[in-house]
Amino acid sequence: MKQLTDPLIDKNPVAVHILGICSALAVTTSMATALTMSVALTVVVTLAAGLISALRSHIPNQIRIIVQLTIIATLVILADLLLQGFAHDMSQRLTVFVSLIATNCIVLGRTEAYAMHNPPLPSMIDALGNGLGYSLVLMSVAFIRELFGAGSLFGIQILITQAQGGWFVPLRLMLLAPSAFIILGLLVWALRSWRGRLAEKPDFAPRDTGSEASS
Amino acid sequence: MIDLFQRSIFEENLALSFFLGMCTFLAVSRQVKTAFGVGISLIVVQGLSVPLNHLLYAWVLAPGALAWVGFGDLDLNFLRLITFLGIVAAMVQVLEMVLDRYAPALHAAMGIYLPLLAINCAIIGGSLFMVERDYDLAQSTVYGIGTGIGWALAITAFAAIRERLRYADMPRGLEGLGAAFIVAGIMSMGFSAFVGVSLP
Repeated sequence: MKQLTDPLIDKNPVAVHILGICSALAVTTSMATALTMSVALTVVVTLAAGLISALRSHIPNQIRIIVQLTIIATLVILADLLLQGFAHDMSQRLTVFVSLIATNCIVLGRTEAYAMHNPPLPSMIDALGNGLGYSLVLMSVAFIRELFGAGSLFGIQILITQAQGGWFVPLRLMLLAPSAFIILGLLVWALRSWRGRLAEKPDFAPRDTGSEASS
Repeated sequence: MIDLFQRSIFEENLALSFFLGMCTFLAVSRQVKTAFGVGISLIVVQGLSVPLNHLLYAWVLAPGALAWVGFGDLDLNFLRLITFLGIVAAMVQVLEMVLDRYAPALHAAMGIYLPLLAINCAIIGGSLFMVERDYDLAQSTVYGIGTGIGWALAITAFAAIRERLRYADMPRGLEGLGAAFIVAGIMSMGFSAFVGVSLP
């Protein structure tokens, strides 16, 4: 159980371990794309961990990275083809980012760090937890960006925009790249203030500030 | 062509507007020196891998591309991702060996960063964008070098800012990663000011 819940907050792959940032920022302009991406990644990482863990005693150590990459890439290609077949519009909106799950550090990180040394079932649970932790961050960032950028959630209008006769003026900046960085930065800040021990030690401590001693 | 070059460096900067190569971008940007080393390595790898992948795509993988050996109706498009991954990984390995043999000084400077770039999403992403936008060989060479320079520029500038930020007295939770994200956000705003700039 701990393996499943730990990666949600305390060992969150995105906010704590800085893994898989690329896609986390790029697909969060709307809830729908973020959800698709989250589901795709969670499925891929869970299956990859299971498969690699089942094969772990047969994979030669020197070429393990390339073997892992091959397995992961195969799963990613399957996910991409499934999306193209059954949700074509969505795959058009996600462009190359589904394929980029293959280079997502979360997947390789989990298989390399956990699945290579543990039996299939715990590996899959651990991977599922990490997938969900990733999804949690994605959904929260997407929630903020879509709500304030377009006034909608999952494409359903929540805040009536001025163009439709309401009062809300959409913040266009929310849909552009910079806001993704800033929202994720603030999210990390909030998380680390809440869970104090996750905070990084300062690289450089100012010497002459006596008031700092208490913190 | 100049337009494409300019656009791939600034307006469509891989790191700051497509969020590609972010893991490396955040992990090795604590010092300007290392950041610059990674940047240069990325220019080299990107400048070689995008044209190489283009050739491979145009002659082997694209639908009907195998007509020159008599398999006109074969479509190997689904193997694109796995091929690109293999090519990049192999290229990084070969490049490392060649550098080690013929330019030891360069290898000492760049060598440690090369394996890191083998699974960098900026490189795979660059190749995938090249396919998606139907660039020809010349265009993909320009695009590869351009995006490489853009990424190197972004990480070097970012590292320079982070170096100075070490001395700032910030709230505990913001220290490190949080501040890094916000700085990247502000830089990204700066780069988005290049949108619409077009050179003759």
